[in-house]
Amino acid sequence: MKMSGKKSNLMVQNAVTYGLVIVFWAFIQILNLTGNMTSLLNGLLVPICTYVILAISLNLTVGILGELSLGHAGFMCVGAFSGAFFTNAMAGIIPSVGVRFALALVVGAIVAAVFGILIGIPVLRLKGDYLAIVTLAFGEIIKNLINVFYVGIDSRGIHFSMKDTTSLNLEEGGEVIIKGAQGITGTPKASTFLIGILLILLTLFIVLNLINSRTGRAIMAIRDNRIAAESVGINITKYKLLAFAVSASMAGVAGVLYAHNLSSLAATTKNFGYNMSITILVFVVLGGIGNIRGSMIAAVVLTALPELLRGLNNYRMLIYAIVLIVMMLFNSAPKSLEMRARVKEYFKNRRNNTVRKEAA
Amino acid sequence: MKRVLSLGLAAVMTASLAACGSGSADTSGNAADTESTAAEAAGTTAEGSEGTASEGGTFKIGVIGPLTGDNAAYGLAVQNGAELAAKEINEAGGINGYTVETQSQDDEADAEKSVNAYNTLKDWGMQMLVGATTSGATIAVAAESYNDNMFQITPSGSAVECVENPNVFRVCFSDPDQGTASAQYIGEHQLATKVAIIYDSSSVYSDGIRENFVAEAANQGIEIVASEAFTADSKTDFSVQLDKAKEAGAELVFLPIYYQEASIILKQASDKDFHPIFFGCDGMDGILTVDNFDVSLAEGLMLLTPFSADAADAQDFTAAYTEAYGEVPNQFAADAYDAMYAIKAAAEQSGITPDMSWSDICDAMVPAMTEISIDGLTGTGMTWNENGEPNKEPKAVKIVNGAYEMQE
Repeated sequence: MKMSGKKSNLMVQNAVTYGLVIVFWAFIQILNLTGNMTSLLNGLLVPICTYVILAISLNLTVGILGELSLGHAGFMCVGAFSGAFFTNAMAGIIPSVGVRFALALVVGAIVAAVFGILIGIPVLRLKGDYLAIVTLAFGEIIKNLINVFYVGIDSRGIHFSMKDTTSLNLEEGGEVIIKGAQGITGTPKASTFLIGILLILLTLFIVLNLINSRTGRAIMAIRDNRIAAESVGINITKYKLLAFAVSASMAGVAGVLYAHNLSSLAATTKNFGYNMSITILVFVVLGGIGNIRGSMIAAVVLTALPELLRGLNNYRMLIYAIVLIVMMLFNSAPKSLEMRARVKEYFKNRRNNTVRKEAA
Repeated sequence: MKRVLSLGLAAVMTASLAACGSGSADTSGNAADTESTAAEAAGTTAEGSEGTASEGGTFKIGVIGPLTGDNAAYGLAVQNGAELAAKEINEAGGINGYTVETQSQDDEADAEKSVNAYNTLKDWGMQMLVGATTSGATIAVAAESYNDNMFQITPSGSAVECVENPNVFRVCFSDPDQGTASAQYIGEHQLATKVAIIYDSSSVYSDGIRENFVAEAANQGIEIVASEAFTADSKTDFSVQLDKAKEAGAELVFLPIYYQEASIILKQASDKDFHPIFFGCDGMDGILTVDNFDVSLAEGLMLLTPFSADAADAQDFTAAYTEAYGEVPNQFAADAYDAMYAIKAAAEQSGITPDMSWSDICDAMVPAMTEISIDGLTGTGMTWNENGEPNKEPKAVKIVNGAYEMQE
């Protein structure tokens, strides 16, 4: 009896999370239909979806697996470049942009997952600060590596160089796709808000099911007590790697979405550097570590806020910082926790009273 | 507890989104109020994606550039240059008798932020765009402006792809042009046969110039003895790169980079007693204004630049700019200034009026751009071809006694 109660509670919680995404989508549709949509908000929709996916995926690593990863932008970068490369390289073979984009999402997810496993094998042997530092280094290495890659394609196949475009030895009519620091330009704009929302729902579906499965419980057992988990026969490496790879592949999907929203893609410190990894971590920490719904909302608020405050010019940076501090205090200061507990108690009592009255 | 939190955050989210919606409605409402009633009707009916008819008699020109962050110097210069030009144009009677209004938005030199800035300007009612300032941002914005059919002229987006779309023009030279022109200049004037390059591999600008310099160097009989890279993350110490250039016996060091890093390179080269000829491109302009930089180190430095604040024909601009903003203008300011005058010339050529939609303005401006010729700060008799590229001569200058000296 108690078990089923727990289960139904879980169902409600998950339904609320999915519902929130759909409500957000409906809200935007209403804005569109009533003509209240601004160009700015319209342009922000796909980035918001990108960051929500990133927040969900990092929450899997940080909240559920319990490992601090500072290299999440690295996986996003890998996904973005592999996806955009695929879309551009296949332009001659698959004419439909939609099909190429769909395949690019799969390619981005797979490549990022492969990198997740490759990085995960050595890295997940480390703990705490050491893991954070290595993932940080990974993110930076990926960004700098991509900046020296030159990849071209012609009738003979794919050419690769780390020097310059001339050393690719392309045939007449060959096309340079990744041009070192200049990155990939001319990716078709295939990302739409609807696709973004569908991808969010898909990521949510994967993560929520993973968390509430046997695998998820094993992963959380490792997080809570590694030795105890090992003693009951949980394969630590397997489950850690699994969570890490799933998280990486979803970051890869977000990267593909990002790459197909802008026509120029270059790995700069701004978009795939350390700062981006920290920004994603901020979404997770402010939304609540392990709280998927919270991190989604934090991602939306913190992505939209600096843009909506453009009217305040440079003060927007200041306000952004203040909002961060306020959110942090609200989330984790002991006093605020106490206050929130009191508020909750009050509502609970009131509800109980009404229930009792109705019963009477 | 988590539920309370998430509900609270959801409320914040909804409030912020709602604030956005109503905020924009407010501004458009205010704008309509202050303008004539006829325009108010136009403003309310044409609120859509295919182009808003602007109210009244003002051309609204948007400016995009990095106003904060590492590249703020460039964005602020573009903002100031465009503002100054707009002020002068208004004082001289405006464009076709209509005044010009500019608004600048920050893009932090990031492609994603730049598109946001572009959308913000569209909400403001922008009809023509001067921007973006950096190449990556310009390419991203150009894709959007092409979809909207918005006229765009970038002062300083130098990568080839910036002007790929027919609605985009540029004022500066393209990266390949600069790389090729530098190699040709060095070859023709026989400055050196052994050349080392120190470049920023994480910068589109630097990498693009280097690539074309190397390609042209082979034709000019120049031997590249060292090609050393640094990145945005490691731009404070250049000993390794300089040592390699010195060991390779370079007679000339080509620096297709911005002046901040170049000032450090010059200092460290002097400390190492390494005195080749240093040769830079337009990014080198500004080296004489670096704080705490011993200007005598830059003695003999050569650079290809379209603009020199010391040149005789730029004196009025330099004086006005210095008075208004308290600093000597660099080439970004000059490019933006010329961009505004190019818009003015093309607008007068095509006879556009502010009540036209941005799409109609673009259709009229694009052919007009190829018909005009302006004498700007960054070149005399500048013309544009259909590809959006300017046609002007690069000028080589050498720093002699702490000032630019024109070279042949």
